[in-house]
Amino acid sequence: MIPAAFDYHRPQGIEDAIAILQKHGDDARVIAGGHSLIPMMKLRMAEVPNLVDLQDIESLKGITIQNGRVNIGAMVTQHELITNEGLAAAAPIMREAALQIADPQVRYMGTIGGNVANGDPGNDMPGLMQCLDATFTLFGPDGARGVKARDFYEGAYMTERDDEEIMTAIHFDASTAGYAYEKQKRKIGDYATAAAAVMLTKDGQTCSSAAIALTNLSDTPIWSQGAGAALIGTDCGPAAIKAAVAAGLDDIDPSEDNRGPIAFKYHAARMMISRAIASAWARA
Amino acid sequence: MTKMNISLTVNGQVHEVEAEPRQLLIHLLREDLNLTGAHIGCETSHCGACTVEMDGKSVKACTVFAAQAQGADITTIEGLAEPGTLNVLQESFREHHGLQCGYCTPGMITRAHRLLQENPTPTEEDVRFGMAGNLCRCTGYQNIVKSIMAAANELNPAKEAAE
Repeated sequence: MIPAAFDYHRPQGIEDAIAILQKHGDDARVIAGGHSLIPMMKLRMAEVPNLVDLQDIESLKGITIQNGRVNIGAMVTQHELITNEGLAAAAPIMREAALQIADPQVRYMGTIGGNVANGDPGNDMPGLMQCLDATFTLFGPDGARGVKARDFYEGAYMTERDDEEIMTAIHFDASTAGYAYEKQKRKIGDYATAAAAVMLTKDGQTCSSAAIALTNLSDTPIWSQGAGAALIGTDCGPAAIKAAVAAGLDDIDPSEDNRGPIAFKYHAARMMISRAIASAWARA
Repeated sequence: MTKMNISLTVNGQVHEVEAEPRQLLIHLLREDLNLTGAHIGCETSHCGACTVEMDGKSVKACTVFAAQAQGADITTIEGLAEPGTLNVLQESFREHHGLQCGYCTPGMITRAHRLLQENPTPTEEDVRFGMAGNLCRCTGYQNIVKSIMAAANELNPAKEAAE
């Protein structure tokens, strides 16, 4: 379980990191917490002749909340997401989801940037980011640009990020909406068999806005506009939930793997979507 | 591939080690520094037998490159008590039968040490959730949880007395 040899770089600034990526092209990759990349390198399923460690780049760290906007540096760890009280007030769904990722040791190292940028369909944050309508900042040789989470994912491990770009930050609006992240997994540390992120707002007893996104039920996260639309204007009662679940299931394309056959994935998805809607509605 | 000089503090002592960047932290600790307390269990970041503390975080040393630990402050099980003495957690694991074969124990105790730093008065549920990254195949966890709860109780009166 020893990876292939590599040269190690630890740039102090984002421009230095970009310069290393430009110099080495396909032979360079960045490492954040490393808990997706290092296991793949040890299995020799990923070979990285030049490893660019982002840990010293201060501009990638920290959580700020200003004028109702949440800004999270890409190197913020899952542990920091859980323990940050400001974030828990501005976007409680972040803590709820982060607590369901991996285990304590992995959460001390694993970062939000790594989780969303890697493009692994099993990761929990991408769906959550689509639910929150987050924007990612990508920094490259020509400077920074923003990409919506809902436009970022193209396929498994394929995203809108160019090879010479580094994800530097994640931004979304603080929200008092009802929220829930429901995840079915086989054991602590596992990826989701199915998971659903839901945010709902209420006007009297009527649902006035709804965002629903799903994890590990396709080769990308799924933002289901149909599922959200099925709830708006309803009382989020059993009939509305049934319609939203049906719309959500229309949007997914799960594959058979060691978490179960396709029919079971649909079953798990049905359960997670309906539970998440009920829980979010109760909190709205 | 060229070796690099890695400088890190382990159990309060500064070490300079020449290592390949791809060397894992667990191998550096065990083979270069002869600190064999942290064990290699699954070597796939699941079991937690290799848990050490790095800059105030519990980490699985099989999933950290030595190069990433350049400049880090690391505590291993060997650093939790003076030789010949037992830390409160070690004593508690002995007292409450928190181990059978003992293979997972250094990782368990090092992780529990951090957990109690961050949450000195955990509930049983906090302990179970906080220890979820460490696997034991002997004890069924009941006595591990009991040991950690007892250590927390032991530490708290001591803390109050010190204040």
